[in-house]
Amino acid sequence: MNSFYTSTDHFVLVPALMLALFGCAILLFDFVVFPDPKHRKFLVFFLILGEAFAAYGLWKQQVNLAAGGSLEAFHGSLVMDGFSIFFNWIFIAATLMVAIVSYKYLEIEGEHHGEYYSLMMFAQCGMFFLAAGTDLVTLFIGLELMALSFYVMVGFLRTSKRSNEAAMKYLLLGAFSSGFLAYGFSVMYGISGSTRLSDVATAIAARGPFDPLVLLALATTSVGLLFKVSAVPFHMWAPDAYEGAPTTVTAYLSVASTAASIAFLLRIFLGPFASARDAWEPILSFVAVATMTVGNLAAINQSNIKRLLAYSSISHAGYMLLGLIAGNATGIKGVAVYVMVYTFMNLGAFLVLVALRRKGIVGEDIDDIAGLMHKSPGYALLMLIFLLSLAGIPPTAGFLGKYYIFLSLIETHHYTLAVIGTLYVAVAIYYYFRIVRSMFTRELTEPAPLSTSFGLRVALAVSGILTLGIGLYPEPFLRLAGTTLAH
Amino acid sequence: MDNHLLSLVLFTPLAGLLVLLFIPSSQKSLIKIWANLAAFAGFLISLPLVSRFDKSIAGSQFVERANWIPSLGAQYLIGIDGISLLLIMLTTLVGCIAILSSWNAIQDRLKEYYCMFLLLQVGMLGVFMSMDFFLFYVFWELVLVPMYFIIAVWGGPRKLYAAMKFFLYTLAGSVLMLLGILTLYFQYAGQFGHYTFEISELMKLNLPLGLQEWVFWAFFLGFAIKVPMFPFHTWLPDAHVEAPTAGSVILASVLLKMGTYGFIRFSLPLLPKASMDQTIVQVLAVLSIIGIIYGALVSLMQKDWKKLIAYSSVSHLGFCTLGIFAMNPNGIAGSVLQQVNHGISTGMLFLIIGVVYERRHTREISEFGGLAHVMPKYAVVFAFAMLSSAGLPLLNGFVGEFTILQGAFEANRIWAAFAVVGVVFGAAYLLWLYQRTMLGQITNGKNLHLPDLSLREIVVFLPLIAWAIWIGVYPKPYFDILEKPVQQIVERVRPGYYQGGAQASSRPAVLPQGGGQ
Repeated sequence: MNSFYTSTDHFVLVPALMLALFGCAILLFDFVVFPDPKHRKFLVFFLILGEAFAAYGLWKQQVNLAAGGSLEAFHGSLVMDGFSIFFNWIFIAATLMVAIVSYKYLEIEGEHHGEYYSLMMFAQCGMFFLAAGTDLVTLFIGLELMALSFYVMVGFLRTSKRSNEAAMKYLLLGAFSSGFLAYGFSVMYGISGSTRLSDVATAIAARGPFDPLVLLALATTSVGLLFKVSAVPFHMWAPDAYEGAPTTVTAYLSVASTAASIAFLLRIFLGPFASARDAWEPILSFVAVATMTVGNLAAINQSNIKRLLAYSSISHAGYMLLGLIAGNATGIKGVAVYVMVYTFMNLGAFLVLVALRRKGIVGEDIDDIAGLMHKSPGYALLMLIFLLSLAGIPPTAGFLGKYYIFLSLIETHHYTLAVIGTLYVAVAIYYYFRIVRSMFTRELTEPAPLSTSFGLRVALAVSGILTLGIGLYPEPFLRLAGTTLAH
Repeated sequence: MDNHLLSLVLFTPLAGLLVLLFIPSSQKSLIKIWANLAAFAGFLISLPLVSRFDKSIAGSQFVERANWIPSLGAQYLIGIDGISLLLIMLTTLVGCIAILSSWNAIQDRLKEYYCMFLLLQVGMLGVFMSMDFFLFYVFWELVLVPMYFIIAVWGGPRKLYAAMKFFLYTLAGSVLMLLGILTLYFQYAGQFGHYTFEISELMKLNLPLGLQEWVFWAFFLGFAIKVPMFPFHTWLPDAHVEAPTAGSVILASVLLKMGTYGFIRFSLPLLPKASMDQTIVQVLAVLSIIGIIYGALVSLMQKDWKKLIAYSSVSHLGFCTLGIFAMNPNGIAGSVLQQVNHGISTGMLFLIIGVVYERRHTREISEFGGLAHVMPKYAVVFAFAMLSSAGLPLLNGFVGEFTILQGAFEANRIWAAFAVVGVVFGAAYLLWLYQRTMLGQITNGKNLHLPDLSLREIVVFLPLIAWAIWIGVYPKPYFDILEKPVQQIVERVRPGYYQGGAQASSRPAVLPQGGGQ
């Protein structure tokens, strides 16, 4: 433990190193090798290559950990266990799928720059530390690395007022919440004299859940964490950021950033604050119900699909919080399954929107998707599957996420929360089916064909097959999610 | 293939659907022919179920078991007993007829239409076959989506409203039912140490009455909305009125039976204490009786032909639920038989409306009158359907209603008295409807030259009429099929029912003797 950079350290760090390295390489190549914007799409190959190396590193780690246990690195500030590996697979999948649809989209938007791909990789690097970090400083740096990359990506359409406004709003509110989080972390450090999560946990357990300092740390940290998962009342940024951001970025933000933030949230609430459950459970229950309520009710009247999906994302965050509130093994596995299926179904829904963006057509409104069944039945059917899955109707993947959440609530006797959660499924189907209705029962209004690309078709096929496949034969995926419990 | 007969029945429509996907949309006749063939094949394949069914066995037959999701304890486990057998035969036959009846009625987006119908067929068959609660729930929800589209795309003027209402109502009920299922699942794991969704395993659970009551109400919401029982029936008239003819036929004939089937298959055997709880039985019986009388009275007042039949469904299904909660062999066997009967007669009534709607594009009762003069064959068919629905002896409705009333009488005479009032009203609105539309002079000039039934339309009606007469004249085989499974359920809910008590009878029903002789 005395050496500065051991082979274990290196072994654990490889995926993040690869992401950072290729992220920088893309910046250079963009500048030196591909000065012609027409060739920039080749940068995607570098991203894929980088992800392949990262995936290889991750796979090696998984094989190494197959027997269980965990790998600790950097004096215990990073840990590779089933939990971090599971989430990192999700980040890799999400990044790859978003990257391969982005080139066409950015060309249409007229903002195809190489930095975009670097930023994605840097953001993912931050997510790596969020999922694997067990030290307050590491986690904070990971969070900021991810957030800063996203601020830039949300405002990537430099000439678009909407995109700029969204980025500004996201940046200001995000910085504010980071301040709260840093304050909370400093209190935790003050309590324990250490930045290591395990030390903080011991110190908090010694003080008891209702100690004023513990409550202060809990309150301020929660603000920062709940902001990141866009839970009510810290959700205000989400609809604007989602609507204004380039659709590919919205897709990435809604799945990868949420997944990383949920991983972060679980690490903190089930780590340092595990002993303070009595203090946070009522607060989080209230937040979860409020989140589902606001998300679902506000989505009903949206006419912009991106905004509608933003509110639906908020309600999904509420469901994920329910799993944490239940807090037993089923609940945690439930959150893992939920994050996994949410990644594919939500990404899929946004990818269809990406295809709707054509030269001169914004294609975000419910009217823009009218009669899609007549024009592109394949896309309409895929969208139907994604929406059914988002609502949680079997036999799609989304049902399994909800299944575990409800089961865990029943196991821990949170019957009221379970009933509220189930009833909001019916509300959700109402607004998801506003989109379905538009696609299937209305006449075609916009004859221009969808903008597709090879990457988009691949990504859509993958998310469609997984959304339906996980629903029909979930066994291997449930096993994978079960590995998170090693933590 | 003998071991996989049930899977074959279940997946024939799905195979038909997959092939249908590859037929180009422009080949309209080919699509129609293929869909009809697939549905008819589904019916033919289900016939061996009847011939190979062994009615001396109480448990499930044709059982197939395969691992599906071991980490949840969910299996692909299907099998049928007498109750499921009747409903499956009803599904395959009515599905086939509904698809045939759409030949001219549906003109646009044929491919999607028939795909939805075949998918619906898979879902309904799956519901009646599943012996695993998880599998059951998947099929139960699978039914919603195609039915939504059938109403929302090919329906009448208020189709979007009606389809959404149908979807939301039934979904809200079924997600609450899911909580009940999960509670049982969790309790089982607590008592036996492993997770399973297998129904026969869950029956081993020994739960306190209080918990059973909670689960019962959760199930109740899921099933009662589907049936629909008063006061959850409001989605039904809208859905029926707006749905295309074939959609209404399937909805009334089969889909509603999923609710009553749920009560018989799940609520009663899984929650025997709660099912025998006096408060619960009273509440359900009273709701059923309100349904019977309210449905009939509202039917009397309808100006729209289809709405009248829709409300008559509420009334008839009230009989079915009353029979179930009479909790004796007559009541339950009568209820199952009446479910089949309702499927036959109301299916026919909706088809009859479809015939006239295709010709006139209106369903206002006042637009018609004296149709028997121009459409004599049609009038005969309508008479059969109407009388079978009204419960005329020698036709199927009588057998079912009679047996249910017998069961209700045994359980509580006051219930029976009220239910009889419903029978009288039922005859009243149906006969009055017949008189207003078919008899008298032709008052509306537009009706003077309506063509009578075509050959295809007659083919649609014939099997249903034949079946109605068969059940009406010789119902014994049906009671034989139902005897063992019903006995098993009653034994489960009221242990010792068959040993003690003056009313004990090994026969599930005293057959209406007027029939055969």
